[in-house]
Amino acid sequence: MTRSLNRLMPVFATTAVFLAGFVLCSLAYPNFASLRVVMNLLTDNAFLGIVAVGMTFVIISGGIDLSVGSVIGFTTVFLALAIERWGVPPLAAFAIILIICAAFGAAMGAVIQYFELPPFIVTLAGMFLARGVSFLMSTESIPVDAALYSHLSDYAIRLSGGARLTVPAMIMLAVVGAGMVLLHLTRFGANVYALGGSRTATALMGINVARTTVLIYTLSSVLAGLSGIVFSLYTSSGYSLSAVGVELDAIAAVVIGGTLLSGGYGFVFGSFLGVLIQGLIQTYISFDGTLSSWWAKIATGLLLFAFIAFQQITLYMARRSRLRPAGVAQGVLQP
Amino acid sequence: MALRLPRIGTSQVAALVLILAANWMVSPQFFDIRMQDGRLFGSLIDVLNRGAPVALLSLGMVLVIAMRGIDLSVGAVMAICGAIAASLADSHSLPVVLAAALGAGLACGLWNGLLVAVLGIQPIVATLILMVAGRGIAQLITEGRIVTFTSPELAFLGSGSVLGLPTPVVLTLGMLALTLLVVRGTALGLMIEATGGNPRASALAGVGTRVITVAVYMWSGLCAALAGIVAAADILGADANNAGLWLELDAILAVVIGGTSLFGGRFSVILAVVGALIIQAMNTGILLSGFPPETNLVVKALVVLAVLLAQSPRLGGFLAGLGVLFGRRP
Repeated sequence: MTRSLNRLMPVFATTAVFLAGFVLCSLAYPNFASLRVVMNLLTDNAFLGIVAVGMTFVIISGGIDLSVGSVIGFTTVFLALAIERWGVPPLAAFAIILIICAAFGAAMGAVIQYFELPPFIVTLAGMFLARGVSFLMSTESIPVDAALYSHLSDYAIRLSGGARLTVPAMIMLAVVGAGMVLLHLTRFGANVYALGGSRTATALMGINVARTTVLIYTLSSVLAGLSGIVFSLYTSSGYSLSAVGVELDAIAAVVIGGTLLSGGYGFVFGSFLGVLIQGLIQTYISFDGTLSSWWAKIATGLLLFAFIAFQQITLYMARRSRLRPAGVAQGVLQP
Repeated sequence: MALRLPRIGTSQVAALVLILAANWMVSPQFFDIRMQDGRLFGSLIDVLNRGAPVALLSLGMVLVIAMRGIDLSVGAVMAICGAIAASLADSHSLPVVLAAALGAGLACGLWNGLLVAVLGIQPIVATLILMVAGRGIAQLITEGRIVTFTSPELAFLGSGSVLGLPTPVVLTLGMLALTLLVVRGTALGLMIEATGGNPRASALAGVGTRVITVAVYMWSGLCAALAGIVAAADILGADANNAGLWLELDAILAVVIGGTSLFGGRFSVILAVVGALIIQAMNTGILLSGFPPETNLVVKALVVLAVLLAQSPRLGGFLAGLGVLFGRRP
């Protein structure tokens, strides 16, 4: 029992930081503690939340995906062009772009797996490629005024106090829920954890490492595509420079959520909280009005440092308590 | 002898020559160099001059990567040091300005080095912190504005010339010589390669891996600071948002093109600079040929992929497998 509680420690820490932050903000601004602010938090960070779920899978498996921001940008441009210029019905365009993203992710996963290259540099090439292709398609911002778009952005579940649960927020919550089920309750999820622990051991256990790796990067790119759809709904336009640097925000959210960057350990729910904490910082700055936006970057950097230092200390303690008995056993075994 | 001899980099030099030749075909006056007001002008000089910041960054990055590390923060460090240099330039003398900016670069490197060597954080994460926060710090220094200056001494570093060559090129050559002297003139390079190959074995063999790691990250910070000063001096101002944006990726790319293994253990300083020149020659070529500059990123992506696949240990096996598939014996 205590062991499973210990396992959940980082997520508890993230939850505590989020709650403490929310209470502090509410004390400073009485209007802050309302359902409306919370719902806006969900809507404004929906695209980041969706990407962060995919990034959690990648990072738990011991990899990294730098291409997600560019994939979002590519998706928004593709959707705008497909719907506005080529006359594709929006729903068909959504399906096509998700298939393209899946193929893109699968290709990156395959290159990483079969050529034994570091994920960092392969997804970096993917980042250049996706951004470059969206530049080639269009360099200007293209507005989308399809009927479905205005329909979807108007649609919302009305809650008390003028709060609205919008479509982007609903999609994000659904993705977070599905991600939790996929990671924690399925065989694929167990394989992802195993890969992050040790690739060799996973292969020796008879798990299909190649298939799992390709699937992980496919999942991350598909979620980036879905996030691009949400981003395009949210802004009603397509722009090749949109979502620059989102991969860093997503990685930061995953780390703040308690996932180990060396792989093998982490939670989807933690990443969701990490996204909300970043959103909270932004909201606080916009409530304050006098603070400049660069404080958000500094605060995120500080939080990143705090959480990574916390992880290192926990790891160090765990290693020390494990090393001592092991050392004794070695002494006995040596002749 | 089991020791791998330093490669002479035929393929990199050939690639550079090929790209320069392609540029010459696109624009026949590419190799024309003329002397004007005691300074050389021409497309070739322009490639060297524009390539200087990335070449400077790659001088630091190559050593970091040789140690199996990575420094994502160099772009942000460039922004910080450029901001410091630009905001001090008109009120302080040049030595003070340079000392402050280079000192800030060293401090950033020290921070990264301590996180990696003492706290044991993975390099990609440790430097991510400064990459995220650094641009915020730079904006804090410039107070969100684009700080401009008029100091001719600092401007000289960006747009002046020494013996006919633009100052950034001279600075880069100087730093290249210094890096080579320190790394290859002493046993330090060998120790860096040993640390990258196997940090544990090197530590047991008596290499001070911690000190070397911190020193290499500080060197990378120093190079980034110099690149930031040059970039700020070139435009007579500091733009915290855009100075050095994504240049860390170009620097990593330059090092990878230069044949330095991302798995650590072997490196070539000169070829990293050649890599930076290849990137810049491609940029210039695309501009000269009248293709939209947007093509640049796609070309870069394809080059990274080609270089990676050429480096991959599995490519030989893959080609052999293809041969079997098409009925030929490998």
